Amino acid sequence: MSTVTPPLPYRVAAARPETADAVSLELLPVAAALPRFQPGQFAMVYVFGVGEVPISVSAIRGSGDALVHTVRAVGAVSGALCRLRPGDVVGLRPGDVVGLRGPYGTGWDLDSAAGADVLVIAGGIGLAPLRPVVHHVLERPGEHGRLGVLVGARAAEDLLYRDELRRWRASARVEVTVDRPTPGWQGAVGVVTGLLDRVELREENTCALLCGPEVMIRHTAQALTARGLPAHRIQVSLERNMKCGTGHCGHCQLGPLLLCLDGPVVDCAGSQSLLAVREL
Amino acid sequence: MTGLPALLGGLPETHRDQLLAIARDRSFPGGERLFDEGGAADRFWLIRSGEVALDLYVPGRPPPVVETVGPGQLLGWSWLFPPYRWHLGAQALAPVDAWEFPADQVRAPCTADPELGYRLTLRCAEVIAERLQATRIRLLDLYAPRTAAS
Repeated sequence: MSTVTPPLPYRVAAARPETADAVSLELLPVAAALPRFQPGQFAMVYVFGVGEVPISVSAIRGSGDALVHTVRAVGAVSGALCRLRPGDVVGLRPGDVVGLRGPYGTGWDLDSAAGADVLVIAGGIGLAPLRPVVHHVLERPGEHGRLGVLVGARAAEDLLYRDELRRWRASARVEVTVDRPTPGWQGAVGVVTGLLDRVELREENTCALLCGPEVMIRHTAQALTARGLPAHRIQVSLERNMKCGTGHCGHCQLGPLLLCLDGPVVDCAGSQSLLAVREL
Repeated sequence: MTGLPALLGGLPETHRDQLLAIARDRSFPGGERLFDEGGAADRFWLIRSGEVALDLYVPGRPPPVVETVGPGQLLGWSWLFPPYRWHLGAQALAPVDAWEFPADQVRAPCTADPELGYRLTLRCAEVIAERLQATRIRLLDLYAPRTAAS
């Protein structure tokens, strides 16, 4: 088990509204920086006087000291991070300070994807932990095969990183679908698995990385295995109620796994059966 | 589209060739209406490129899009079951290239060759089951706000 360390102060260098209820915070260390994060790992983000939540890193910038976390306001702490009030969509103001612990958890295993096609499949806010994967692949042309990015969202206005999605299209196959089309939407409508027919899946040479609501993950993993992709070539990022981040409290236990240590990224070969077990 | 549509990919080569011999190439410009709810379901398509919106007639408002069908996917299964009437309407969102299959020319060999009929019906049933499951999942509104952080 890891040792609990006190949070290090990080300054909010920028706060970018992504959607009506999600903000990307760029954080810079006030003094000492945490060790370098890997795509898929998370930090415990502490809002002083309010509480602490686990949030995956959504971009790693510069030499690794600058971290971006995309936060959706769904509770007291994430709401404080976003500082959402009616009519107020911008959260912590640049210059504010939060505390960070980490990096915690397993990252995406990108070594196993070397030379292989990389298929990123995200639902909703699940695109945030996968964005560093896309950055990683695009920054290393020739290290991987083809890159596919399939994204599902509730509606067009809930899509994260819309500018980046457009830019990624220059180098990757990017497909987006929404559950609820709004007037003017000209793209796909339906669940994200409906996009699988649009990409060529080379079963023995594709690595699929999934993040989103667990039902979406389960359904997508089943659809991928039905198309011949071996379970060990599917990685998923799972979410449970993480508190300590160091394997002490047991809140994030999923069967034999403590997801703050053994996850959040796990491969499907070892976890698919756990996803179907009720009330572990 | 990449490779054969899933509907054909799951069929033995002889059946696949038999069906493709019936098919003809069709193109539709973006905005063209392919069929309307309640109309005669006398054909179906396998989409090679483009996007088709499936919609439902609602009085007093533009027909809401309930789903789209894109490259590699089957457009239309109402031709398979009596009374052969479309359950939904369809409109090309973008220019569409597709294989078009006249329903009577597919149903006839399916009746004459029960193995072909069984396999094709099974493949269509798989598509219908996938769409039913997808619809159920969308009913859950999974991306709606919940009570945990990202």
